[in-house]
Amino acid sequence: MLLITCPHCGPRAELEFSYGGEAHIARPVDPTGLDDEAWATFLYKRSNPKGVHAERWRHLHGCGRFFNVLRDTISDTIVTTYPAGESRPEMTSDGKENVR
Amino acid sequence: MQNYSAFSLFKQALGGHAGWQRQWRSPEPKAEYDVIIVGAGGHGLATAHYLAKEHGITNVAVVEKGWLGGGNTGRNTTIIRSNYLFDESAALYEHALKLWEGLSQDLNYNVMYSPRGVLMLAHNIHDVQSFKRHVHANRLNGIDNEWLSAEECKEFCPPLNIGAMRYPILGGALQRRGGTARHDAVAWGYARAADARGVDIIENCEVTGIRRGVNGAVEGVETSRGFIRAKKVGVSAAGHTSVIMSMAGVRLPLESYPLQALVSEPVKPAFPCVVMSNTIHAYISQSDKGEMVIGAGTDAYTSYSQRGALHIASHTLDAICELVPMFRRLRMLRNWGGIVDVTPDRSPIIAKTPVPGLYVNCGWGTGGFKATPGSGNVFAWTIARDEPHKINAPFTIERFRDGILIDEAAAAAVAH
Repeated sequence: MLLITCPHCGPRAELEFSYGGEAHIARPVDPTGLDDEAWATFLYKRSNPKGVHAERWRHLHGCGRFFNVLRDTISDTIVTTYPAGESRPEMTSDGKENVR
Repeated sequence: MQNYSAFSLFKQALGGHAGWQRQWRSPEPKAEYDVIIVGAGGHGLATAHYLAKEHGITNVAVVEKGWLGGGNTGRNTTIIRSNYLFDESAALYEHALKLWEGLSQDLNYNVMYSPRGVLMLAHNIHDVQSFKRHVHANRLNGIDNEWLSAEECKEFCPPLNIGAMRYPILGGALQRRGGTARHDAVAWGYARAADARGVDIIENCEVTGIRRGVNGAVEGVETSRGFIRAKKVGVSAAGHTSVIMSMAGVRLPLESYPLQALVSEPVKPAFPCVVMSNTIHAYISQSDKGEMVIGAGTDAYTSYSQRGALHIASHTLDAICELVPMFRRLRMLRNWGGIVDVTPDRSPIIAKTPVPGLYVNCGWGTGGFKATPGSGNVFAWTIARDEPHKINAPFTIERFRDGILIDEAAAAAVAH
């Protein structure tokens, strides 16, 4: 079971949270302007990386708020968590700042 | 290929069993093949077998990063059934079930297909209505499925508890032709049969890149054992499909989740069939070794870690203890996870891709084992003829763009 640090409540067991899928997928500003291919990409295509994944979690049985998590999908190690609305931190799987 | 029969067993016994040959070779990769299959699981090996047997394409390599059948083929709960709701899925899974029925003879290998019946339990009014709809839809498609009352369920599977519990058993849908098979034997049998027709099975050979020519078409695969040339590459890599396909610049509507299973200590024959309960989420059958084989759910999050959290497995055991109280004192010996690639509509993709010469068979999610022979059969057709078989024609990548989903997600609930 994951130990997830809610940015608002601190570290809690995974059972308190619900998973919200990949993060930073913004709803198109002008949906009518999208062709079918772009619409399908928005709805269905996910990066599904083997490595660091940015994902949404909701502290369902706590503060009830959505936030974002960077997690390494090879080891399930949580790299960092950050509030919804913030941009994705540039970090590697060992939690260090990414200096690419 | 050394033929297996009662007579050969007798003959080898006289020689102290010293004369058995290796079941398949371990060849060095050649410089070029007609077709390369990525992934030596059940689906990939079946594809190679049918390419050789039905389409005469024997210059084939199956490349595998680990060992043969070490992924989801060796990690599933071996359940076989074809009682899917929609016509497209019913045709695909029934095609597979018909091949299961003759598979041991076809491969000259005992895959231990055991049509002991798959009983899906209903625990509320919605389940009852949904399963009866399945029964009717299946009958229209010529697939056996029948409705049993709670008492008939108990008669068919005496260990079941049909008394008072939180989610009482109101009845069940039974597919008598459904059952189980020995998962390892399926991989080994296909490997041996394909090898005998000249297919090279290359283990410990990880694909690290897919090389494309100036016109975009596939030229071959880069591997940990060097470049292998081929004009056609079929990807059958289950949970790692996204990783492989991204090497060719193709993004698919897939997410990879850990799916857990566990087995108990072996006991004498005690459980006569496969029982599934989607509502309280458990499925169970007894292997021929005597272990209770129990399937849990997927974890909530995407992962490649091949393990999951304990609360998922214990949730399933809660349900098993309610359904079959006599198993409350069974000890669990092992649990593990496999990585399953899930599509948004929970139906597979068996199709050509936008890259010429690149084919993909993926998205089997939590229920790929039952489809192994049918999946390999139609995928081989698709690769050999460069066009889909009519059975897999609806299972395209483009269905997500065009809105023609095969939405078994809502129809078949959680367990596939």
